Amino acid sequence: MATPPIVIATGTTVGPFEGQSPLAKDFDLIAGDLTLGQASFELAERELMNSACLKAMQKAKRTEKDIDLFIAGDLLNQIITSGFNASLLGLPFFGVYGACSTSMAGLGLGAMLIDGGFIGTALTATSSHYSAAERQYRYPTEYGNQRRPYGQWTVTGAGAALLTTQGKGPRVTHVTVGKMTDFGVKDPLNMGAAMAPAAADTMLRHFADTKRMPEDYDLIVTGDLGEFGAEILRRWIKETGGLELGIRYKDCGAMIYDRVKYPQVASGGSGCGCSAVVVFGHLFREMERGRYRRILVIATGAMHSPTSVMQKQTIPCIAHAVAFEFP
Amino acid sequence: MSQKPLPTPEQARYQQLIKEMEPPARYTANALWAFFSGGLVCVIGQFFIDLYAAILHLPPVEASNPAVATMIMLGAILTAFGVFDRLARYAGAGLAVPVTGFANSMVSAALEYKQEGFIQGIGSKIFILSGSVITYGVVTAFFVGLIHALLKR
Repeated sequence: MATPPIVIATGTTVGPFEGQSPLAKDFDLIAGDLTLGQASFELAERELMNSACLKAMQKAKRTEKDIDLFIAGDLLNQIITSGFNASLLGLPFFGVYGACSTSMAGLGLGAMLIDGGFIGTALTATSSHYSAAERQYRYPTEYGNQRRPYGQWTVTGAGAALLTTQGKGPRVTHVTVGKMTDFGVKDPLNMGAAMAPAAADTMLRHFADTKRMPEDYDLIVTGDLGEFGAEILRRWIKETGGLELGIRYKDCGAMIYDRVKYPQVASGGSGCGCSAVVVFGHLFREMERGRYRRILVIATGAMHSPTSVMQKQTIPCIAHAVAFEFP
Repeated sequence: MSQKPLPTPEQARYQQLIKEMEPPARYTANALWAFFSGGLVCVIGQFFIDLYAAILHLPPVEASNPAVATMIMLGAILTAFGVFDRLARYAGAGLAVPVTGFANSMVSAALEYKQEGFIQGIGSKIFILSGSVITYGVVTAFFVGLIHALLKR
């Protein structure tokens, strides 16, 4: 970025289960129950995203009038949550779909449009809801089945970020747009393994483009590979790129839940909301506290649909990297 | 139609890496849990058969009908109260294979699709999980009946 756009405020809302997260104190709003007082889980997700957007605007003391563009995406069919939210906000709107990589897809696009001089201020948001996603992708929520040890738990949460040219906050210095990778993984319950090569590919291209090394970052974090996927990524990137990620590498999916206390989350969290709430909520605050100065976020997405899985197709995956720097 | 592409060496190597690293599913522990919980479900079922045989003065074969209905009702009630999925996390096939699992699959679907209304929601989606059990049950019954009829002649 020639003149790095600044994330002046963020808003995060999470569900009650995420309220038990070790990172819970960094989330803005924690819902008391999964429905948020709405008639359906889909309406609850709409409410999640809306509250995150309003929170971000409120913190930055901006209103709809100050915002030029709303960029959002989510997991539900036809990104309906984002559509309804755009209608509620009444802003010019681009809907984006990047599965769980949407947080960085939206933020990266917004940053590029600002740096290009097309707009002054952008609001980007994404969300996911455990129950709404489960019923669309897997089984009814009350259906009794066992989870695989590498399975993941969809995060109920929404994150919104307000980007502009002036102000205080993490600056967006680089965006590396992901390429689709397909390593032939077909099991939609093993998303960590499906997405790890996409993260590795984007990371290697980011380092090559920017002539940086992993050591240049205080923290490198992937979106939602989970514990198992993160372990695969370490091995794979060492094998294909000769990089040793070491302790500066973490994964949002592995961070968000206390996996010892709640073994049902298996390998960790997933979903659009996962990287959004961890990065916008927890990591940006850690940057403000001075713990990290420069971080690289690689949000990963598995771009399958329930239909493509039933037709025994492989899972194509993508990962978008965004580098943030706190001055 | 498109030919199935062969995996590239890179893909093959990656598949191998996943296989090496995949944490094993706990087959033995799961099987033991399923064995004992499934046994327990059957003991409860047998209890109802004996109970109905005793209080309704039915022969045991006939007493199994109300007993099955009771087990279905129990499965449905546990599902409605959100207990079934928690139990099934441990019991697995022990709860899924008996008739309780069938009840769970229908009631969970009915709960899930209530929002879409009675006709397009509950009415059509209630069999979303159990539909194939019914379809193949009927198909199998047809062929078994056919063989039975042919052999009898």
